[in-house]
Amino acid sequence: MALLSKVTHQYLRTKKQFPNVWCAGCGIGTIMGAIIRAIDGLKLPQDDVVMVSGIGCSSRMPVYVDFNTLHATHGRPLAFATGVKLAQPNLKVIIITGDGDALAIGGNHFIHACRRNIDLTTILINNSTYGMTGGQVAPTTPFMKIGTTAPYGNRERSFDIAKLAIAAGAPFVARGTVYHMVQLRKLVEEAIQKKGFSLVEVISHCHTLYGRLNKEGGAIEMLKWQKEHAIPISAAGKVPPEKLRGKFLTGVLWDIDFPEYCEEYDKVMAEAQGKM
Amino acid sequence: MVKTTIQKRERLILGNRACAEGAIAAGCRFFAGYPITPSTEIAEVLAWELPKVGGKFIQMEDEIASLAAVIGASVAGVKSMTATSGPGFSLMQEHIGYAFMAEVPCVIVNVQRGGPSTGLPTKIAQADTMQARWGTHGDYHAIALAPSSVAECFHFTIRAFNLSEKYRTPVIVLTDEVVGHMREKVTFPESSEIKIINRMKPTVHPGWYQHFEVNPHFVSPMASFGEGYRYNITGLTHNPDGFPTARPVAIKEKLDKLKNKITHNVNDIVEIREEFMEDAHIAVFAYGIVARAARQAVHMAREKRIKAGLIQPLTVWPFPDVYMEHMLEQLDLVIVAELNQGQLIREVMRVNTGKTRVRGLNRYDSELITPDQIFQKIREEK
Repeated sequence: MALLSKVTHQYLRTKKQFPNVWCAGCGIGTIMGAIIRAIDGLKLPQDDVVMVSGIGCSSRMPVYVDFNTLHATHGRPLAFATGVKLAQPNLKVIIITGDGDALAIGGNHFIHACRRNIDLTTILINNSTYGMTGGQVAPTTPFMKIGTTAPYGNRERSFDIAKLAIAAGAPFVARGTVYHMVQLRKLVEEAIQKKGFSLVEVISHCHTLYGRLNKEGGAIEMLKWQKEHAIPISAAGKVPPEKLRGKFLTGVLWDIDFPEYCEEYDKVMAEAQGKM
Repeated sequence: MVKTTIQKRERLILGNRACAEGAIAAGCRFFAGYPITPSTEIAEVLAWELPKVGGKFIQMEDEIASLAAVIGASVAGVKSMTATSGPGFSLMQEHIGYAFMAEVPCVIVNVQRGGPSTGLPTKIAQADTMQARWGTHGDYHAIALAPSSVAECFHFTIRAFNLSEKYRTPVIVLTDEVVGHMREKVTFPESSEIKIINRMKPTVHPGWYQHFEVNPHFVSPMASFGEGYRYNITGLTHNPDGFPTARPVAIKEKLDKLKNKITHNVNDIVEIREEFMEDAHIAVFAYGIVARAARQAVHMAREKRIKAGLIQPLTVWPFPDVYMEHMLEQLDLVIVAELNQGQLIREVMRVNTGKTRVRGLNRYDSELITPDQIFQKIREEK
């Protein structure tokens, strides 16, 4: 554990930015650790990593990490990241976003980023609610769960993020949880290495608001829920269908190859300049 | 990278094309936009021309995303712009505020059309004048340039980039449907004759670098992502080091800096064109395409021995307060001619404070104000 935190610390803005804004027991810090260890494992120079985020609890992450960091507007980090990556394709651009950020206000940017296939790595932290503003219903809040803006129960259907991303054209889609942090690190590593748009949905928990409103217990109970409900995709075939009901799959859910936009644009430039 | 050389040549071209060519001449190498009449030609020209000079073009999913991508590219060190019109300009207000707050140079061309809402996509108006000044939320200080000819579309777009780079702030080119869709002869300068300003780069060690350093010039040197200066930028109110703050002293310091870099440099930013103002008793105050009708109207007045003159602000924002205070003291009458229900007249009246008579001449039926209308107004009011 001491070794783990030593690795993490060299990537943190420990002198300036701590303590952080997250509640004790929140999953975002664990996810930040997994991302840092993935970057460290890949030996990416800090100067070459750009972290872009939107607005919300999860989107506060870039403030704490010592990379080139851009804390953008609500829902739009993918659009900012698109400009950064096209301008400097040599940089590794990682987007940190939440479920409300990416799928409600940023839903349009999300599907188009999936479709466009620019080499961006998106970590979407899904806690089923709006944490920073106080537990309102999100596009990921399950049917009949309580939010402060759905006090009689959420009557809308929620998004299946992975299916949405795959349908929109994302070539790499994975899902992990805060509980399975070793697996999460590996998924983030794979996503960063993928040439093209990659998405890692991370199932997280907001015990402070969502958990309390829905009587799902504290951070530990909600982490246990993740453990009990996650089924690795490698094992899904061996589990009888009735046992899959109400569960979710983790691991790399989708991995195909499609021409990456920046590389395609290099061809456009070569053609325009008469080099082809 | 292929070098651009804009040869000295005379060509009959479209106003929107002149904006696009001005952008390339200024060193713009990134454009993100969304199709909208009457600005689309700017995007179309740049989709064709930018890859030839090593630049990049991308069509985004909407105008919000367009300006976001422009800001991202600028932070990564590439001069960037977008172009739009009314409804798209409304959508861009969120990120105009972000670029202003995060001090990111970028250029936004607004080819004005009739509004409100979808309004008149193919017809002219100057009804975004105040939106260019006050459109985004919070205390904002705008720079907006207003070309009245195709040649000015070229030159003012270059100047917009220069001001944007010099002051690390978004700059708006406030053109309109007629200027954008008009064809005129332009004599292009040699590239060596074009003055280019690039953002100031830091010289300090990365450990000492502050992306929003407070200094007497109010403009901080700007490192790009990937250059070894690892900093944070945010739309949250922040300290000079770029990290969010809630300290009242730091908040005031930041907002003063944003204000001062515009208000302390009004003399450098503002450009005004005068005609017959040496001895004028009456002035027509008009910008953009309307100034051309006004010029003809004051010539007509002079033929009738009426001492009329023209004041044409080439920069609509910041407003030339000091200059106008001085002029208003000498004048008997100012006619503010504009293609809206009366926007810039509010600024003239604000500065006037009872010094002289201020009258509006407004047209908002999608047609241009004619020289004869302005001349008749001069005769009626003199």
